[in-house]
Amino acid sequence: MSQVTTNNAQTGIVVKQAGPLALIQDAGRFGVGHLGVTQGGAADWISFRWANWLLGNALNSAALEIVMGGGLSFETEREVRLALTGADLDAQLDGKPLAPNASFKLLPGQRLEFRQPRHGLRAYLAFPGGLNAPEVLGSRACTAREQIGGLHEDGKPLKVGDRLTWKGTAPALRRIPEGQGPLMPTSGCRLPIVLGSQIASFSGRALFQAFNHPWKVDNRADRMGVRLTGPALHGSLTGIISEGIPLGAVQVPPDGQPIVLMNDRQTIGGYPRLGALTPIACATLSQCLPATEVWLTPVSASQAQDDYLKQLNAWI
Amino acid sequence: MKVRIETAAMDALMVRLFDAIDEANMAWVIAADQALRNAFGNVLIDLVPSYTTLLLHYDCQQLAHSEAMQLIHKALSGLTPVDTKAGELHDIPVWYDERVGPELPLVAKRAGISVNELIKQHCNHDYCVFALGFAPGYGFMGLVDESLATPRLKTPRRKVAAGSVGIADRQTAIYPLLSPGGWNILGRTNVPLFEHAKRGDPLFRPGDKVRFRAISRAEFEADGGDTTPMEERP
Repeated sequence: MSQVTTNNAQTGIVVKQAGPLALIQDAGRFGVGHLGVTQGGAADWISFRWANWLLGNALNSAALEIVMGGGLSFETEREVRLALTGADLDAQLDGKPLAPNASFKLLPGQRLEFRQPRHGLRAYLAFPGGLNAPEVLGSRACTAREQIGGLHEDGKPLKVGDRLTWKGTAPALRRIPEGQGPLMPTSGCRLPIVLGSQIASFSGRALFQAFNHPWKVDNRADRMGVRLTGPALHGSLTGIISEGIPLGAVQVPPDGQPIVLMNDRQTIGGYPRLGALTPIACATLSQCLPATEVWLTPVSASQAQDDYLKQLNAWI
Repeated sequence: MKVRIETAAMDALMVRLFDAIDEANMAWVIAADQALRNAFGNVLIDLVPSYTTLLLHYDCQQLAHSEAMQLIHKALSGLTPVDTKAGELHDIPVWYDERVGPELPLVAKRAGISVNELIKQHCNHDYCVFALGFAPGYGFMGLVDESLATPRLKTPRRKVAAGSVGIADRQTAIYPLLSPGGWNILGRTNVPLFEHAKRGDPLFRPGDKVRFRAISRAEFEADGGDTTPMEERP
């Protein structure tokens, strides 16, 4: 890192220690599924939007998705107001705990550190006007598997020495209204699922178990998919001709243990599906630590849309 | 063809046209793709065609689920197949060699033919591009001659080199970028599939035809091909 302070455009905040996973994300990459390019984007899009909202940013501005924390730390080279939402990763500013779901000022030389998850799994750190990062196919979302996006256009997470810069200069000073803002899931939470047509291929017993039994979030969980463990679900189909996979699709491979396909899922696949979690349920699931118990609760597409549009209204 | 529309997610519908893989279906899938793109315009978020289906993701801020269903029905009524000759024919030079195609002997042995005969047979067919998926620019192609059909490796490789040309059952494909994978690898090409996809302009599109052409190591190298053997890669 250069000790010479150059002009403001080149200073920013610098990664001093890399945690397990911090990725530049925006709302995601859309209209490219037919190229075989995945959607990507902030997994907990609700917390992500709140982070941008707090600074008065456009809601899909590029921000950081920080998973687990695990010692990730930054030092700032210039004064900046940032917003932090989502999981409580025991974030500290020069050793002092930061208030959750709020913006805060960072002064030159101050150090921001993320330690261990205490509630939730992914925190979102927004920057004035959004992060500077190369745009690929209309998005700054970073997808490791596809080597697309990120600071160095290789899809890699943040590493020591990376310098983040941002677009804006005068962020808003906003507070999340009482009773609103991100909610981290607790064990036993409900995940609304819109049932798909392949549901008919599952046995009655499998369907009863799917919706009347708690599922445990497995530690085999990432931005591509989250495995749930519980009773084995069986049906008449073991594989199907590969077809497009929507966000939140709950696919059931031959071992009967469902996998919820998340933002970085493959675009097409060939396992039968129960249906798809709603976008709100996907955000919830993305914040569940392994061993969290969840329930799949069927909801109609129109009810799910009403709930979704209501959520979108929070930011108007 | 019979159009069936199924709920796939809160804001996604599965348009099912067929129940089996057949090259002849592609003329309909492509026609449906064009019709749906035209009908939905900016209400369309994503449209992912595959072998027998199209997954349509629409903007539910502009359209309700039932309205989206009606719009699909309307868009596909009176659909006629596109001219399959309209698809491009791609000539793909491949360096078939055991160093970059470790399953050449295995596939040849299963088919009861020599490696040279296997290469000849793999090149002696215009494969249809059925779908793009798995990775940016990755085209699922087929159908490989029944005698060459080989199941996926029992244990997938952690790293398959970019440009690797492989077979799985009766399908064949090229890995656009370094990725994990379980297909039987026969050789390597230097065509920049990934770079094309990243620009939003894929080299292969569904309905296109692909013909592989065997080239020598010297030709592959002259084209800038990476000759690093598969197993030596980091």
